[in-house]
Amino acid sequence: MKIIHCPINGPRPAQEFVYGGEVRDMPDPGTVTDEDWADYVFNRRGEPGVKREWWYHLPSGTWFVAERDNRTDQFLRTYLFDAPPDV
Amino acid sequence: MHLPMSKRLPPREGEWIDRNRPVEFRFEGVAYQGFEGDVLTSALWASGVRLLGRSFKYHRPRGVYSLANHDVNVMVEDGTRTNLRGDVLPIRSGLDVRAVNTAGGLARDRLRFTEWFSAFLPVGFYYKAFHTPRRLFPFYERQMRKVAGLGRINRTARAEATPKSYATCELLVVGAGPAGLAAAIAAAECGVQVVLVDEQPHPGGSLNWQHAHDAAARRHLPALLDRAGSLDTLEVRCGTQAGGWYADHWIALFDDRRLTKLRARALLVAGGCVEQPAVFHNNDLPGVMLGSAAQRLMHLYAVKPCDRCVVLAGNSDAYAVALDLREAGVEVVGIADLRPGGETGELGQRVIAAGIKVSAGHTVFEAVPGPGKTNVAAVVLCPLDVDGKPRSDAAVRLDCDGIVMSVGWAPAGGLLYQAGARFTYVGPIEQFVPRSLPESVFAAGRVNGFFKLEDQLADGRCAGLEAAKLLGRHDGPVPPRPVQTGPPPSHPYPIFDHPKKKNFVDLDEDLHLADFVHAHQEGYDNIELLKRYTTVGMGPSQGKLANMNAVRILARLNGRSINETGTTTSRPFHQPVPMAQLAGRRFHPLRRTPVHDWHARAGAVFLYAGPWLRPEYYPVGATAPDDAIFDEALAVRNGVGLIDIGTLGKFEVSGADAAAFLERIYTGKFAQLRTGRLSYALALDESGIVIDDGLVARLGEDRFYATATTTGAAALFQEMQRWAIVWRMDVVLVNATGHWAAMNLAGPRSREVLAGLTDIDLSASAFPYLAAREGTVAGVPARLLRVGFVGELGYEIHVPAGYAMSVWTALMEAGRGHGIRPFGVEAQRLLRLEKGHIIIGQDTDALTNPYEANMAWALGKNKTFFVGQRSLAIVKKRPLERRLVGIAFPPGYAGPLPLECQLIVDGDEIVGRVTSIAGRSTVGRPIGLAFVRPDLAEPGTRVEIRSAGRLLRAAVAPVPFYDPKNERQQ
Repeated sequence: MKIIHCPINGPRPAQEFVYGGEVRDMPDPGTVTDEDWADYVFNRRGEPGVKREWWYHLPSGTWFVAERDNRTDQFLRTYLFDAPPDV
Repeated sequence: MHLPMSKRLPPREGEWIDRNRPVEFRFEGVAYQGFEGDVLTSALWASGVRLLGRSFKYHRPRGVYSLANHDVNVMVEDGTRTNLRGDVLPIRSGLDVRAVNTAGGLARDRLRFTEWFSAFLPVGFYYKAFHTPRRLFPFYERQMRKVAGLGRINRTARAEATPKSYATCELLVVGAGPAGLAAAIAAAECGVQVVLVDEQPHPGGSLNWQHAHDAAARRHLPALLDRAGSLDTLEVRCGTQAGGWYADHWIALFDDRRLTKLRARALLVAGGCVEQPAVFHNNDLPGVMLGSAAQRLMHLYAVKPCDRCVVLAGNSDAYAVALDLREAGVEVVGIADLRPGGETGELGQRVIAAGIKVSAGHTVFEAVPGPGKTNVAAVVLCPLDVDGKPRSDAAVRLDCDGIVMSVGWAPAGGLLYQAGARFTYVGPIEQFVPRSLPESVFAAGRVNGFFKLEDQLADGRCAGLEAAKLLGRHDGPVPPRPVQTGPPPSHPYPIFDHPKKKNFVDLDEDLHLADFVHAHQEGYDNIELLKRYTTVGMGPSQGKLANMNAVRILARLNGRSINETGTTTSRPFHQPVPMAQLAGRRFHPLRRTPVHDWHARAGAVFLYAGPWLRPEYYPVGATAPDDAIFDEALAVRNGVGLIDIGTLGKFEVSGADAAAFLERIYTGKFAQLRTGRLSYALALDESGIVIDDGLVARLGEDRFYATATTTGAAALFQEMQRWAIVWRMDVVLVNATGHWAAMNLAGPRSREVLAGLTDIDLSASAFPYLAAREGTVAGVPARLLRVGFVGELGYEIHVPAGYAMSVWTALMEAGRGHGIRPFGVEAQRLLRLEKGHIIIGQDTDALTNPYEANMAWALGKNKTFFVGQRSLAIVKKRPLERRLVGIAFPPGYAGPLPLECQLIVDGDEIVGRVTSIAGRSTVGRPIGLAFVRPDLAEPGTRVEIRSAGRLLRAAVAPVPFYDPKNERQQ
């Protein structure tokens, strides 16, 4: 079982986490076209590479962002949404 | 009466048997004797038994082959357990086993005649023959099921709980042979915390059998074991296989009774190699065996493999085997060496000095069976031409009762593959070895292609030090890895055609060489396709003896290299694991409300609602359940009832942005909601689908209390948390579901019951419908919500969970004079259905938008944003596809009723679906809710419901069915 590093609780087994999908920016509902809105709602980008993903540590109720390489299933780093590390 | 152990050799150093402890056991109904330390296969062979099993497809006789559980020739069952492997089944007093896969016993197996038809059963035969005509397939399937599969399941066996344990270490070393021991010792000497596992019952690996003839080599074993035993940080677990690798070095270790989930920081595999068979005619006859099997028989169990044998050599190891055999008293008639030049080294000279005849450039062309066809009687040798093909014109026949072959090895690399290693085929040693390894994965010994003992020890030490370095326990130099020298330990193509075609590549599945040629001709020229079409490697031994030869065959058929051909995927487990060891406890989380014990004492019948246990209804004496439920509903309609609704989600939402946040989460408007008022709240997902509903009560300027459905609360709360982060709003969210208990006191007399218990003014003017109040109930701080889910005057009473029981009993006590009844989920479902109140997830599905569910009234007007709003703008432009409506049967209807989810049809067309149904209602007729095509939504429209082969007629009806003007709940 994988180990995932929760930014609040440290390394914990994958069983304690829930995947929340890719981190995506919502287009402005006031100006976006129907087609672009439908693309935002229904389509996901599954191409290989490093993904920014939402993960949720269930026992503590912590949402955080993980950068994960979906080719190797490696978590490169994890951080709170509001506190991205300095690049 | 026991048959004598006629093939047992005199005592020898290092044997695993205890001659002071004889063991009696039965096989196929016959009594035998062996010694403590024997496995079934060795004990039977020691007693001169040659027929140990029958093959899967043709029921061919089989005997000792690998003696390492790399084949499945010896599979037995004891009536409780099935498919036990004889190679690793310790004999114990009272063991009573029979071979699997026979009809009428091993010797007289009626299915052995299947083989006569083998010419008509080419690979792919079943795929091609038995799918037409389709109507006959059930017949084919029944017939095939009788002969397919291995072993019988005892359906009356008791469930067996098996222990699980968890462990951690810094370095897991797999394989306690010379390389693994050296690696584990080197790492542990640096202070690394090491666990060393080996599937054999004793450590030492090949030192126990392959190097047993060499006195100098043999002395390494006690030295290594002494050193290993002296290291505090080294734990040795024998009889333990590392069955599979999972992410982040989470490794499944299995011993005979226990699964250990071990987390390691680094993995070092020194699992050795699996000896590979040669492919020649009748290469599966009892008496034909691998050199390693012969050595295991002699050195571990002191059993003579045969009396007179021919050795088939493809490497130097065969010569060591020949010398071992001779030393054990076996007459070695000769060695057929596949290599034109024979053995050039010191072993070759020793064999010649021992008087053993060597025929270089020869192969075994076929094994000749004895009269009963269950043993070897002779061997036919042929010289090989320049292309490596047997010249049958120059065949020589030699009498013998054993053929021992040592032609090559394949790495036991399963764990390494799973851990992400890449292998490459190395020509000079004719073997796959790891080419690249992940950072914290190491390999050592034979798996790396080192077959000399000094190389294995040195390679193990290097790997152990490298691991220690990675783990930060060693900062000194690491000596360079050894360099492989000498002739290749494996022959590139020990595979020989024969006109009679019983030259087996896969003994599990009875696949012979011609099957591969046919499959290739049919276009299965990729290793993964070939595997699936021929089923090579898909039997119980998972291709340990077959996959490498299959790759060699395919490479040659394609005219390509081994590396171009590749290998198949290696999946857990290395050796089979009983299902009992994998099965977990029957466990799922269960939540009980704080009033649960009262319900239980009242005899409530419970049902699961998500993780919660809720009272379904409260039985009364001998009253039928349906009547009891209906009586509960009537009590609410006519008097007063009390239901535990503590399973509802309950969220505290506070902060400066609380109102704005709720307006974005829910479809309704909350900014203008006055303190002390509450409102219905509907939540959508981003695509505009209805996902949850509840109430939002404003308790203060920036303080709200929200409820959510029992089963949807957790998911909704997660989404609320995430949106709060994304929107960067000043809001504090607390999931107080477990903190608050809740109960709904409902019915025309509820006010009278509650009045004596609370300080809150309950008058209709002071506490109107859709108001929220904080005060005390039965002396306990409480939140009261005036709502009408069941369509009567009612109060939701929320109190801290710790006080729930006292409040509940106080209410029941206060209601006694009013005929109060507790009511369960079933009565509530009926009451709300009469009011046309929907249940999210029952009357809606994963595609329901608010317009279909008649919830447009719940969508706030002139709102700038809520989740799902933008999608609804798109949805609204399109015509409705369906609408949720009430349906009703005529008053007095007593016919059959549809079930929830049954279809509404118009001729052949599906036009809807029933979502809720109640046969008996307080409105005097069967009612329900259903989705129908919009043109059928007008009240009075006749609809037909397909139910159990009948068409039931109902009509669309206006909702609510009960109290349409909502006067009673006001």
